[in-house]
Amino acid sequence: MSQDPAQTGPAGNDGDDDVYDEPIPMMQSLIDNPFLLLFLGVAMPTVLYIVWGVMEIVGIPIAK
Amino acid sequence: MAVNRNFRTCPSTGLVYHEPAEKLIRWNAVAGVVSLLVGGVLALLVTLTRWPAVKLLPPDWFYLALTAHGLDMLVFWIIFFEIAVLYFAASTLLKCRLATPKVAWAAFWLMIVGAIMNNIAVFKGDSSVMFTSYVPMGAHPLFYLGLILFAVGALVAVFVFFGTLVVGKAEKTYNGSVPLVTFGAITAAIIATFTIAAGAIILIPTFLWSVGLVSHIDSLMYRTVWWGFGHSSQQINVAAHVSVWYAIAAIVFGAKPMSEKVSRTAFVLYILFLQLASAHHLLADPGLTSNWKIFNTSYAMYLAVLASMVHGLTVPGAIEVAQREKGFNKGFFEWLRKAPWGNPCFSGMFISLVGFGFLGGISGVMMGTEQLNLIIHNTIYVPGHFHATVVVGTTLAFMALTYFLIPTLFRRELMFPGMAKWQPYVYGLGMSAFSVFMMGAGTLGVPRRHWDMAFSGAAMPHEFPGTAYLMMGLMAVSGLAAIVGGAMYLAVTVGSVFLGKKIQTPGFAHVPVRKGMAPPPVWGPAAVAPSGGHGTIGLGGFVAPGTFVLAMVFLVSFILYYFVNWKYLSTVWPLS
Ligand code: HEM
Ligand SMILES: [Cu+2]
Repeated sequence: MSQDPAQTGPAGNDGDDDVYDEPIPMMQSLIDNPFLLLFLGVAMPTVLYIVWGVMEIVGIPIAK
Repeated sequence: MAVNRNFRTCPSTGLVYHEPAEKLIRWNAVAGVVSLLVGGVLALLVTLTRWPAVKLLPPDWFYLALTAHGLDMLVFWIIFFEIAVLYFAASTLLKCRLATPKVAWAAFWLMIVGAIMNNIAVFKGDSSVMFTSYVPMGAHPLFYLGLILFAVGALVAVFVFFGTLVVGKAEKTYNGSVPLVTFGAITAAIIATFTIAAGAIILIPTFLWSVGLVSHIDSLMYRTVWWGFGHSSQQINVAAHVSVWYAIAAIVFGAKPMSEKVSRTAFVLYILFLQLASAHHLLADPGLTSNWKIFNTSYAMYLAVLASMVHGLTVPGAIEVAQREKGFNKGFFEWLRKAPWGNPCFSGMFISLVGFGFLGGISGVMMGTEQLNLIIHNTIYVPGHFHATVVVGTTLAFMALTYFLIPTLFRRELMFPGMAKWQPYVYGLGMSAFSVFMMGAGTLGVPRRHWDMAFSGAAMPHEFPGTAYLMMGLMAVSGLAAIVGGAMYLAVTVGSVFLGKKIQTPGFAHVPVRKGMAPPPVWGPAAVAPSGGHGTIGLGGFVAPGTFVLAMVFLVSFILYYFVNWKYLSTVWPLS
């Protein structure tokens, strides 16, 4: 997913220019990417809660 | 395809509304309030039935009303309002046109049809399965179909929200990161995506089962996946009402978050961990291992609880800093004493924050502990806990936001301002007392969802102590107070929206903009808030000492309550 760096925002749109030439920190680029967060936010509970939980239930032996 | 790029700038707040978005926000909010009205009437019936001295309804009607109350409140009221909040956070706060308004309308009507269908099934009388609808209890197929349509509609609306973020980015309506409130809304939307998917995974087979196409649904499997939906949807609420707290702090005080980084990181903790806490609903179920239970509730849940504590601290902290900068800098609490307690937008938000933290938060951590859960499992303690979270927390926060939205979104003056001023107190304090008494009765073992706590005529009778009856009576009385508070809210909002004096808009103009750009909004009071370092405010090196004291009080209450419950657990089964 291509990040559109904030620097390319239209000039004059209330930007403070002193931050323009610093690279964006890693955490910030994670936080600014809603679709990466969406992926993480869906994958985490799917794996740790649903898949793990369902595996445990499926593994319960059936009474005869 | 023609794209509507008409914007209106609200003259009193400077907010920029995209017209189709504005209309959708209004309609979703109105649909929510209508659900709240229906749910409120049912709350009255349910409360009067659980009052041992009154016992209004016969059993079958009690379970019907309880089912409808749970659904109309927790699903329909909250989610309609949340969709309104999402559209507001994406379109209005980013000054951006809403992506695909037509699709958003389709989503809205799907949700409406689903909600009505589900209500019809419940009121027909053969679907009193409570909102959890545990199999093998079966409801009418329309019950499940209604929920599925509603969920699909909500999911589509969430996609419109994400689409709007893409539009904002592409059309460059904002610079850099989205505002914090929008970020909170993104958190809510992400949690909503998982929530609705889990709901679909379990409700679609259950629907097929109700029409006879599937022969069997395993009850533990149902409960596990269902709570992925049932619990996570409460986390949408948390993310949404926390965003509303931040928004109101900014609206009323011009408060800026103490640290954007810390607040955003706390939201990321929500995204990663909050939904795993769904497992706390299965703590008493056999079949799932303690590894799964403890990983999902303790390790993961506590990280999410930490995030809530961060929000619970930074919101009042931000308010404190803003107030001190305005000169209310004396002692620990001048900033709080001199806060606008007569403004329902503020008082509602503050009661929501304190009630959510102290009542909902502390009881939630207690119940989410595997061992302690046994003390209160399936007692009325549980509804005590969640009325503190979803009613005092979420519902009251949304009510507080409404007082801001009526003038800016609906362009009407508030009707009955005197009533509006008192509403958060009557509702918030009534509901807080209601929750506390429920928790009290629950600690004594009174069951939830039970028509007759006296078990009259049962083969194995059970005598509750007199205190339990007293608690249930007090619960009902405070519940009635809260219902009066809810009626006040409905009177003010319905009155203002339909009959309120129209606010004339002298500067009203459509802003025809080439690229979806409109002038940047200026939060009303934010413009006057002085900015810069907090050089001279605070006490002894703390910029927000009052908030620090509040946090300490919170921690001490938390620890005491938690350990008292372990002590109590140790007396439940005397071993010696
Ligand atoms: C004045 C407001 C309210 C009052 C007096 C009230 C009262 C009650 C009472 C007495 C019960 C029955 C508890 C039991 O017997 O187990 C109940 C259940 C419930 N309430 Fe409320 N309530 C109110 C508002 C709300 C709101 C705003 C929501 C959601 C946002 C909500 C969600 C629920 C849910 C989910 C249940 C559980 C239903 C079930 O067990 O299936 N309530 N309420
Ligand atoms: Cu839960």
